[in-house]
Amino acid sequence: MNLIIKNGRVIDPSQGIDDTLDVVVENGLIKDIGRDLQTPAGVEVIDGGGKFVVPGLIDMHVHLRDPGLEYKEDIISGTRAAVSGGFTSVCCMPNTKPAIDNKAIVSYIINKARTEGFCNVFPIGAITYGLQGDRMSEMGELKESGCVAVSDDGHPVANSELMRRALEYARGMGILVITHAEDLTLVGEGVMNEGFTSTEIGLKGIPRVAEDIATARDVMLAEYTKSPIHIAHVSTEGSVQVIREAKARGVQVTCETAPHYFTLTDDAVRGYNTNAKMNPPLREKHDVAAVKAGLKDGTIDAIATDHAPHHLDDKDVEFNAAMNGIVGLETSLPLSLALVNEGVLTLSQLVEKMSFNPSKILNLQRGTLKVGSIADLTVIDPAVEWTVAADALASKSKNSPWLGQQMKGAAAATIVSGKLVFNGR
Amino acid sequence: MADFKHKDIIALRDLTKEEIERLLTTAESMREINNRDIKKVPTLRGKTIINLFYEASTRTRTSFEIAGKRLSADTVNITPSSSSATKGETLADTALNLLAMKPDIIVMRHAVSGSHYFLSKKLPSCSIINAGDGTHEHPSQGLLDMLTMKDKFGRLDNLKVAIIGDITHSRVARSNIQGLTKMGSQVFLAGPPTMMPPGAELLGNVTVCCTMKEAIQDADVVMMLRIQQERQGKTLMPNAREYSRYFGLNPENIKLAKPDAMVMHPGPINRGVEMSSYVVDGDQSHVLKQVENGVAVRMAMLYHVCGGELE
Repeated sequence: MNLIIKNGRVIDPSQGIDDTLDVVVENGLIKDIGRDLQTPAGVEVIDGGGKFVVPGLIDMHVHLRDPGLEYKEDIISGTRAAVSGGFTSVCCMPNTKPAIDNKAIVSYIINKARTEGFCNVFPIGAITYGLQGDRMSEMGELKESGCVAVSDDGHPVANSELMRRALEYARGMGILVITHAEDLTLVGEGVMNEGFTSTEIGLKGIPRVAEDIATARDVMLAEYTKSPIHIAHVSTEGSVQVIREAKARGVQVTCETAPHYFTLTDDAVRGYNTNAKMNPPLREKHDVAAVKAGLKDGTIDAIATDHAPHHLDDKDVEFNAAMNGIVGLETSLPLSLALVNEGVLTLSQLVEKMSFNPSKILNLQRGTLKVGSIADLTVIDPAVEWTVAADALASKSKNSPWLGQQMKGAAAATIVSGKLVFNGR
Repeated sequence: MADFKHKDIIALRDLTKEEIERLLTTAESMREINNRDIKKVPTLRGKTIINLFYEASTRTRTSFEIAGKRLSADTVNITPSSSSATKGETLADTALNLLAMKPDIIVMRHAVSGSHYFLSKKLPSCSIINAGDGTHEHPSQGLLDMLTMKDKFGRLDNLKVAIIGDITHSRVARSNIQGLTKMGSQVFLAGPPTMMPPGAELLGNVTVCCTMKEAIQDADVVMMLRIQQERQGKTLMPNAREYSRYFGLNPENIKLAKPDAMVMHPGPINRGVEMSSYVVDGDQSHVLKQVENGVAVRMAMLYHVCGGELE
């Protein structure tokens, strides 16, 4: 299928473009980009008037729950949610059952995504076998079979010697380590951020220093081993500061944050709202401010959702019994666009953090509209207002803290390899 | 007097000063029943109360049971070892199954903070009373503590109340702080910093003290909290001996408080740890008075959630 997107505001940081242009897609590639291009015969025409046309959004941190936990999500429903939210690529974390720690699982995911999925799926393999934190996984084979990074997301590698060796070994194999930075001894039995809210509502707190310390350790290990590292879901002021300083002295560190960390505080937990329970936990106002400052000054490279679908049975329980995580694929775009309206980011910077940078960090060869590149595009309607409703979410799971709330902005069309896979809600 | 409109009593944080006063006034009138020869009135005849205790309790469960029986309600006790909880049934399913048997009130103790709000949402037609939830609140304890203070001082405003111990993990402390500061008293907290939650001073008219001495100086009430070896043992304190030395109440440091200061403890007491036996059994101790008031306070709570009106 060939198509042309006419008169959209095309934003492509890779070429420094922000202009009203037409984009022609042919045979899955960007064929042409320019002003008032001729519409080739027989192609689908998408009206870009009043819309943003950007390189396809990339979410480098999602949980697709497939294989093993398909009652929460699977590759089909998860990628449907992704394209509904404007994402053309997602990277799926390895805490499936069994974990993504061998070639067979990687192949299963890639094949299922290709044949039944709606967008690109790039698996992230495990750092250690079964996410057990004990022995390194076969990172060489994981990379060869299609993994774009390794991570023990959800299960911080507690053993510093093992983390050191994983960073060294991964560098040798040319695969990036993504760390879930948290000191579990400080987390203890905590279920929310430790602060005034936890004191008042009597829930056991997780001190922010649990994240700060682990971020500092991992950054220092990366520095010592001269290896690249990516810090997942940065949520604290301390982490942002550690990473800012490390970048300044040349450490190969990148990081991401999630929309909930720049949108919500631990106040959202009040009422024992299990849809505000995640790990790392929602923090306080000054952390939200620090995360925004980190996005603004480039300390934080990427926005990723940490899309973590959970079945009602895992959330509609007492607070301590509830599982960590929220769905995020379908709300990330409006929440992130709010950063532009607030003046935290320019539109071009937002596109960098949601497309160009994730592609660069993981070497996905995407995130650009250069002629000849793969035609992954997102057409964004920045003005449309809609309400988050459980029934309308494409994800199998409905564990969103924004249910019933008004959003502004949404994907109008999502195009993967030149194919229109989502055409507005 | 204001109507008591709540279906549930889950936290003193949710109640107004007037509602707390109302409960205490009712409790005072209930006390008369407890001193009769025949300790029973027909007020809640035909009502069914389920005491659902997911955590061990002697005092509170017995007290609620007696309170229910003295008001002629039918009371049933369920403890996890004798229930479906051990078979993996969720709290929500247990509750819905109990609800199908049409109880009027469920009195629950649960290890998870906030679980009563969860239960209340699941059971809109049944009253929920919190008999202790995790480290959140223990409203009946807060009310009986306040009633005991009111008995002695005739008022609940302008009292200096010192609460000593593990504030972080204490639902008793939270309920007392919420209740007492609403009534116009001042609360002074002391304990090792390992047991002091962040922002405690923001909970109301609360002062966090560096030393126990500072907190109990000229206090009207000294409330000691239980130190649980299983909870604080590992990282919050070196051992019971040192804890007792710096945060225990003894015949010496009690002299810092006002001469007629009340000594209180929610029980069960670790004699020789947070309190010396000389103090537990001394003239200033109101520990057993607290227990006695517990029954009256719980009768008042049961009465009001059933829509009772004071004559």
